Amino acid sequence: MATLGGDWAALSGRIPAFPPDGLAGVARGQALTFDTARLGHWDTGLVAFLWDAERAAAAAGVVMDRGTLPDSARKLLGLLPGKLAPPAAACHRAFRPLDHVGGWVIGKLSGLGALTAMMATALRGGVLALVGRAGMRGVDLLANLRDAGPASLAIVGVVNVLIGAILAFVGAVQLRKFAADTYVANLVGLAVVREMAAVMTAIVMAGRTGGAYAARIATMQGNEEIDALQVVGIPVSDYVVLPATLALVVTMPFLYLYGCLVGMAGGFAVSIAMLDVTAAGYVHQTLDAVPFSQFVFGFLKSIAFAVLIGVTSCRIGLQAGRSAADVGTAATQAVVVGIVGVIALDAVFAIIANVAGV
Amino acid sequence: MAAAGIAAPGTAAGPLLSVRGLTLAFGPKVIQRDLSFDVRRGSIFAVMGGSGCGKSTVLRSMVGLLRPGAGSILVDGEDYWAGSAARRAGMGRRFGVLFQGAALWSALTVGGNVALPMQMLTGLDPAAILRFVRVKLGLVDMADAIDQLPSALSGGMRKRAGLARALALDPDILFLDEPSAGLDPITSSRLDDLILNLRDGLGVTIVMVSHELPSLFAIADDGVFLDAGTKTAIAHGAPSALCDACPDPQVQAFMRRKRPETVPDAQGRPS
Repeated sequence: MATLGGDWAALSGRIPAFPPDGLAGVARGQALTFDTARLGHWDTGLVAFLWDAERAAAAAGVVMDRGTLPDSARKLLGLLPGKLAPPAAACHRAFRPLDHVGGWVIGKLSGLGALTAMMATALRGGVLALVGRAGMRGVDLLANLRDAGPASLAIVGVVNVLIGAILAFVGAVQLRKFAADTYVANLVGLAVVREMAAVMTAIVMAGRTGGAYAARIATMQGNEEIDALQVVGIPVSDYVVLPATLALVVTMPFLYLYGCLVGMAGGFAVSIAMLDVTAAGYVHQTLDAVPFSQFVFGFLKSIAFAVLIGVTSCRIGLQAGRSAADVGTAATQAVVVGIVGVIALDAVFAIIANVAGV
Repeated sequence: MAAAGIAAPGTAAGPLLSVRGLTLAFGPKVIQRDLSFDVRRGSIFAVMGGSGCGKSTVLRSMVGLLRPGAGSILVDGEDYWAGSAARRAGMGRRFGVLFQGAALWSALTVGGNVALPMQMLTGLDPAAILRFVRVKLGLVDMADAIDQLPSALSGGMRKRAGLARALALDPDILFLDEPSAGLDPITSSRLDDLILNLRDGLGVTIVMVSHELPSLFAIADDGVFLDAGTKTAIAHGAPSALCDACPDPQVQAFMRRKRPETVPDAQGRPS
């Protein structure tokens, strides 16, 4: 006989555990009954206790007499399973270095293969788009173009103006020591056109647009929108990947040229303010220092960066999981891969330029 | 004498939830106007009506997600929307809500979903929380799924996991938004039994939004019928009573699954 009295609210934190020796004095086959005459307000807290009691009784071979419980408690106990679910087997990963390395390599290689295949599809789609036989809709491309182009002018402008100004500051302090003030124009012009405008614009776009693509596609994945496209037979590349990548490929070279202009304007402003150079002299010096081929080189680099950012972020979005956390992971991954990829690719371009003598 | 004027235990006898002159609108677009009804303690109250009549919106305003344009919602005699945000949050602790799509937190396991409200809002220790999580999942027959992620669950399991989460803080009022929508008839009737058992066992009051006739007839013992055309309540009572006795053709059409134009019995067939 167990006597239950008072209030049994789960959230009070005062629900006792069923004592482990609670049935010590009860012989097998006997019945465990309850006296609930003085039971107050109760909720699932009491049910938790009774459930423990029932399992303890079953283990001790004692019959618990549910008949002595209030009707409603009996009903709830009836819903509960007799046994606790066994705790999930902790997955112990055995230490097999060869397996792990092999698995990692295979995973990376297949990822690279998928990325290459996607890039090939996107390229094919791009070529088809050029001859006017693309499967994508114009509106999708326009929406992406607006988002990647005009909407990012402000941030690309701010970043590049500041980079140009910073370069001029650093150059001015050093070059003044050699009375070579006018060469600040060469420094700013070459640095901006050859490296800074292309790389900074690409990094901004990787963070701004690449992250957005990955998050958007990952969310579509979670909402089964990608599945819906596949079932209808619309190629994911035509509806999602191609407009996104193409929008970047079209806008980024122009953002690069815009970045060059505002970067040099930033350097110009700082030089005029700090150094003993005239406006006309600065412009003349810049035009002398930066050959047209540098612009072409930067322009081509921008296109390569655009393809890299567009395809990798779409790919990361498409292989994301389906939960809210996975969307965050995909966006983070897209930004990280985009930024590292842009800088690595820029290093490759630097080597090519060195060999080609540009 | 000193207690005169203080609404103490006397209110416990009144309705748990009263809606008075409730009007809901998004800007100039009125969803429902002038709703008044009482939810008795321990009853299963159904908010009925066709798709798009604003049932879910009424529910959203009752659980504190949408401020009504006019009118009041009284919980135990206290105006829910008149209080401060902190007061509303306190009253909200008495609510449990099962959303239409269950709205499980996708990054957490089923057990984690049930545990989170207890972890964030109570001072219970982890062992006690685990114990109550097991009980609540056991009540909805989901004890084995404690370590699964929501993405791995079927529709019916999601609903049951959502129900277990709604029970996490031992609410006095359980709000269910379309509990049986999208479930097969057998799963749906099992869920009905479960809801009945929870009501009988825990004594919780249930407000449900539904247009599923079988489950309305099976479990609801009171209700209100909302009409999309007139944008207000056109009938009050239990679904079976409405079916038998309500003269309104809209209600009859809904309850007997007929299209409205076939109800006025032109050909003289028995309806």
